[in-house]
Amino acid sequence: MLVVLNKDSMEIIREFDVVPFRNRVKEYCVKIGMGLVNQTKIITAASELARNMLKYAHGGTVKIEVVSKGRENGIRLTFEDKGPGISDIRQAMQDGFSTGKSLGLGLPGTKRLVSEFDIKSIIGEGTTVTIIKWKNG
Amino acid sequence: MEKIPILRMGKFLLVTIQVDLYDRLALNLEADLVQMVKRTNARGVLIDISAVSIVDSFMGRIIGNIASMSKILDAQTVVVGMQPAVAITLIELGLPLKGVFTALDVERGMNLLKDKLGPDEEEMEPEDQDDAGSTE
Repeated sequence: MLVVLNKDSMEIIREFDVVPFRNRVKEYCVKIGMGLVNQTKIITAASELARNMLKYAHGGTVKIEVVSKGRENGIRLTFEDKGPGISDIRQAMQDGFSTGKSLGLGLPGTKRLVSEFDIKSIIGEGTTVTIIKWKNG
Repeated sequence: MEKIPILRMGKFLLVTIQVDLYDRLALNLEADLVQMVKRTNARGVLIDISAVSIVDSFMGRIIGNIASMSKILDAQTVVVGMQPAVAITLIELGLPLKGVFTALDVERGMNLLKDKLGPDEEEMEPEDQDDAGSTE
């Protein structure tokens, strides 16, 4: 059973919004006592996903939650945008694939950095990416 | 608009990133630095990222770009002071920063740059342009 202990949300509309967003995620990581390496991993993942949202969907909203499952605490981030959607998620999850001009590391790289990763997308409606990083995961 | 200062130290340029990077700031740094290499005839660039807690794929790419661009302008780039957590994250992300020299701290980075220049060039300081006429 996943229990949500704390809820927060932020809008990411401009490039600079990524900086306070990363700081907010860090605050929650520190609050639950997450180690520095795991903190760095989830903040980096968050930075990647926030950039994707800005680049492909002109921004969106992120929910920041402190979650708990059994004895384990963690941070869950839900990135929601109303962009064009991703037509082929399997392709988007491959290393080196990008429709933009990037290296194509964003999604697959992000997945490697977190404990749980989920992506849902509907063409023309938007994309939702959810990641969880467990404190000791 | 925020700007990351670039210091000149002899034949090298020194950049210490003390603020949180976002994309535009990183892109500006890339452009400023490459122009500065040309303008000052710098032979080396040292980037201190010891205060940087996050390097994601975009910033990693900018660091790689700076190194490659400087290289074709005949300057070497050394990145110093990377935090261990950042190194772990970069590798898991899939960004090994190939072609970028690294050193543990500024001092070692400077020594690395000096070694790359070779001993003969170290003698030629750019200062001798104004004592050209004053030789006795």
